[in-house]
Amino acid sequence: MKLFEYMAKDILRAAGVPVPDGRLCAGPEEAAAACRALGPVAVKAQVLVGGRGKAGGIRLAATPEEAAAAAAAILALDIHGERARHVYCEQRLDIERELYLAITIDPSSRRPLLIASAEGGIAIEEVAEKAIVRRAIDLPWGLLPYQARQVAGRLGLPGDLATSFADIACRLYRVFRGRDAELVECNPLAVAAGRLVAADARCNVDDDALYRQEDLPRTDEATVLERRVRALGLAFVQLGGDIAVMANGAGITMATIDVLQRCGGRAMNFLDAGGGAAAGPTAAALEALLSTNPRAVLVNIFGGITRCDEVAAAILDVRARGALTVPLVVRLVGTNEARGTEMLRAAGIAAFTSMREAAERVVALAREPLG
Amino acid sequence: MGILVDERTKVLVQGITGRQGAFHTQQMLEFGTRVVAGVTPGRGGREVAGVPVYDTVEAAVDKHGATAAVLFVPGALARDAAFEALDAGLSPVVVIAEHVPLQDGLDIAAFAAARGAALIGPNTYGLCTPAGRAKLGIPPGRIFRPGRVGVVARSGTLSYEIVAALTEADLGQSTVVGVGGDRVVGMSFVEVLKRFAKDDETQAVVLVGEIGGTAEEEAAEFAKGLDKPIVAYLAGAAAPQGKRMGHAGAIIERGRGSFESKRQALEAAGVRVASLPWEVAPLVAAALGRAG
Repeated sequence: MKLFEYMAKDILRAAGVPVPDGRLCAGPEEAAAACRALGPVAVKAQVLVGGRGKAGGIRLAATPEEAAAAAAAILALDIHGERARHVYCEQRLDIERELYLAITIDPSSRRPLLIASAEGGIAIEEVAEKAIVRRAIDLPWGLLPYQARQVAGRLGLPGDLATSFADIACRLYRVFRGRDAELVECNPLAVAAGRLVAADARCNVDDDALYRQEDLPRTDEATVLERRVRALGLAFVQLGGDIAVMANGAGITMATIDVLQRCGGRAMNFLDAGGGAAAGPTAAALEALLSTNPRAVLVNIFGGITRCDEVAAAILDVRARGALTVPLVVRLVGTNEARGTEMLRAAGIAAFTSMREAAERVVALAREPLG
Repeated sequence: MGILVDERTKVLVQGITGRQGAFHTQQMLEFGTRVVAGVTPGRGGREVAGVPVYDTVEAAVDKHGATAAVLFVPGALARDAAFEALDAGLSPVVVIAEHVPLQDGLDIAAFAAARGAALIGPNTYGLCTPAGRAKLGIPPGRIFRPGRVGVVARSGTLSYEIVAALTEADLGQSTVVGVGGDRVVGMSFVEVLKRFAKDDETQAVVLVGEIGGTAEEEAAEFAKGLDKPIVAYLAGAAAPQGKRMGHAGAIIERGRGSFESKRQALEAAGVRVASLPWEVAPLVAAALGRAG
């Protein structure tokens, strides 16, 4: 779960990291009021997607009138497909220098990782590798102040800034651990009036740990359909093609989408019905898929624990309710395969054992003219 | 015979009285796995499929000399259960659960490393050495056949698909290992490949990777010095950037983890990369034909 900038900054502020004074504003009038209280401000779109600056989502305002105009303009923007519902008006900083500082994970060493750079303000993947300092952090001890001071030294920070940098890094690390974050990032970590301040902040929280972060605010990037299918407990992502896909297991679902592409088709979605999914959720997920008007549907099941006859029963159930309005192709292999295949064939639904044949067939069906 | 587990492996099942734990204990026993004891706190004294249940891992290990653990506990409880198994000196410790909090995964991995134990998972189907009748986890037993091909994978059902195709092509397996679909997992592709490299029974390796992270690139680096043929299949060629494809670790983010990066790294290391799942078995057959 990504947090909006203002949420991340609230967390950092509470952790003792210096952040500029700011107000969350729902419209131009509130932005003007914020400017009256704070003086010149940066008006910033609160969106979860990256790259808002380039998309015009950050504007400077010296007067309340300018702040109101900036807020109105930003709230009308489409920022990479996302629309801000709030702007964050923040006291303008006189930035002398921009650094980068983040705590995330290093999957290859299985440790938390501090990433810092003397070149901040741009995406870290665009910074030259030699300008980046990485320091893996040992558990259970965590980031120790001397380690953070070493990093500051490597960045070439002078005395006072180095001390402050190390202090901020240790605080970020505590947020990373204590808030179950996947990423805590200050980009830029700015030098303004000779002090370090988190000019922008990002905090991505681990979805699997939300149960124990009850006091954190919640955000949701999912589409309406994604929410509907995820509510069934299934992993779902919308993709944009015209062939609806349901498979069991993340890897085989990805592979199914790849195979469709290779066969000249395009998947509408990623839907992992899970290993051993029961007939009820399977039918509900299939109905949700059908509600989005695909040209055809491909169900690809390699039943380890999943029983093929249960999958067939779920499909026949959906059909009996009249929801099956487009061609459906099923590939069924595994436990009770023969029985499941026969149930479907008897009902006139194509059932294959080969993934290749099923994919070729569904692509052909999706290409047929409508009607 | 195979790596990590064999017919001598005495398995402890944590969470044995739960629905999944009980079902898969029965399945593991039917496969021939030596499941010697189970643990569920507060349920000591019962039996599941004839296997005695204890309240603590310590008591179960004392009584039955278990050497390895399989955890059928939910993600939120995995940290405590894994620490308990590692503290008792068990290895490998197989964490089946999905949705283990990332910070807990980091802690478990750190403790496993400190104890010198092999950690498999989280978010894995487990592992299987067919010739040793040792299956620790949830894969369907019927797909395996003893043989000379080592398989290491991130995804479960995709592994089953490919292992079943190998078996059908008369290409049995030495050991099949699911390293897990999470961002932080215990044994990596490289660590499993190192074991396959040293294993006389293993003559070829199949690596089933997917988008996200850099485990495949690291495996490619290791593969350069390996004298056994490797065939890889990678899932996620059509996956968009920034979307999590089911597995927590299957996401192309911040410019890393793309399909192309992995394919190129593996091919540059001499690994044959199948572009469709059903091409894996023929490529393995060809590689073994050439090698032998």
